[in-house]
Amino acid sequence: MLELATNQGIPVAEHNVEDSPLAIRGLTVSYGQKPVVFSVDMTVQPGAMTAIIGPNGAGKSTLLKAALGIVAPLSGQVTVFGQPLEQQRARIAYVPQRASVDWDFPTRVIDVVLMGLSRQLGLLGRIRARHMSRAMECLNRVGMRDFADRQIGQLSGGQQQRVFLARALAQDADLYLLDEPFAGVDAATEKAIIAVLKSLKEAGKTVVVVHHDLATVTEYFDHVFLINTRKVAEGPVDTAFTAETLQTAYGGRLATAQIDQISRALA
Amino acid sequence: MSGEDFVPLSLTPLLIGTFAAIACALPGNFLVLRKQALIGDAISHVVLPGIVVAFILTGTISTWPMMLGAAGAAIVSVVMIEAIRRLGQIEPGAAMGVVFTTMFAGGVLLLEQTDTSSVHLDVEHALYGNLESLIWLDAVGWSSLLDLTALAGLPPELPRIALTLVGVILFIWVFWRPLKISTFDEGFAQTIGIRTGALGMALVIVAAISAVASFDAVGSIIVIAMFICPPAAARMMTNGLEAQIAWSVVFAGASAVSGYVLAGYGPLWLGAADAVSAAGMIATMSGLILAIAALWGPYRTRTGAPQEA
Repeated sequence: MLELATNQGIPVAEHNVEDSPLAIRGLTVSYGQKPVVFSVDMTVQPGAMTAIIGPNGAGKSTLLKAALGIVAPLSGQVTVFGQPLEQQRARIAYVPQRASVDWDFPTRVIDVVLMGLSRQLGLLGRIRARHMSRAMECLNRVGMRDFADRQIGQLSGGQQQRVFLARALAQDADLYLLDEPFAGVDAATEKAIIAVLKSLKEAGKTVVVVHHDLATVTEYFDHVFLINTRKVAEGPVDTAFTAETLQTAYGGRLATAQIDQISRALA
Repeated sequence: MSGEDFVPLSLTPLLIGTFAAIACALPGNFLVLRKQALIGDAISHVVLPGIVVAFILTGTISTWPMMLGAAGAAIVSVVMIEAIRRLGQIEPGAAMGVVFTTMFAGGVLLLEQTDTSSVHLDVEHALYGNLESLIWLDAVGWSSLLDLTALAGLPPELPRIALTLVGVILFIWVFWRPLKISTFDEGFAQTIGIRTGALGMALVIVAAISAVASFDAVGSIIVIAMFICPPAAARMMTNGLEAQIAWSVVFAGASAVSGYVLAGYGPLWLGAADAVSAAGMIATMSGLILAIAALWGPYRTRTGAPQEA
């Protein structure tokens, strides 16, 4: 953390790419003719909790998906812990948007969590008692132990989100990437998720979250990455998350009153 | 019915019908869950001209030219879909609709315009197959199942479809975990290193092989019905993928056996003189099972449907 303090105000791209859990250089992604992410550099700080922030359609989710190889970028390089993505997949856990899957899929909560162990299990490896107890332990961490045998379609939105987080925990990764984990969840779930994410940070893991609620940024995160197709700002919350950078990222879409409120909260 | 009648006349059509139904229903489970159920429909439309062209070129109905013809037709279709999509700048669904119907119409036209009287290949064959004629004349009773010379006289469709079924089961068994994960959550599957594009393609190829292997014996009606009806009915019986697969096998087998028996004896029971098409009856039974499951199945409501935000 001492390193962070001395680096305040210095453009973060100067940090060592080798040390970064996720370093992106010159990333451009387009759907059809229009670029969604344009020439973006990002250097995620090890052991930090970073929020990716920007208006709707600013390319937040796309940035994450391109970094993970889910969508193909037009150009750009991604390194994970200083190495190509393919060699470091075991160290990454990804939590997609809850709405991206059909929760009517015929399976139980515990089966979804066990999916997080599939790299370990391989193609034909048997699920043994230790795998089951590991999956149950992850469910317990998100407060969903009693729901293990439920069909996933019977869960509320918040419960679905917790199951996704439990699956990521089962992966036992070093870098956690979450796409809008707080979207449409109840207050209890939001608290439970943030508690788990903070415990990950305390364990030395790196957490990156696509986040849409500006009011909770300072409370939850220590780093921010502001994007509106292009990178707007990147760095510790108190230097990069300012009225000025928000105005640039959101343009006219953010009311001055809102910005004032956030500025006061920051001060 | 005694073994002397049953084994030569009914055993092989029953087995071929059952194996074909199960070979199509198994990949159908994943296609239905991936909302790609119409791929079975598409495959059976597209392969028809390929099979007819293969027949015209070789003059025989044998496995390899048929398979090659079907594969060739599939490739032509993919190229046509891509070309229409790009040149017309329309969505892929529309391009597929145009290509599939055109390919099928072309196949029917070819069939009608060429002389196929020397062999059993015509429009009716393409739709209904020739299940009833796949009899085992070398058999004299149950003892023939252990008689090597009699076994050599088995209709070649039986070992062909049996081998296809074994291949389908092996594919699903080996790739069970990646298939399940990528069907549920494709984005996540990619991040753990599953090559979802290749796997999805492999699934479609396996479905196509099942379709082509079944096509010759039982016709396209069964193929289309079995990709959808048993898996869809099975989904409404259970909330577990493993159990769904098991139910779909039961439903496919039940459709094949009950359809075959009803086609042979049903009209007689009703006082009519002739039997009706076994393939048509098998497809009808699978539709009936689906209707019953849709009306009374224990898990027929979409509890996990997207909720209002």
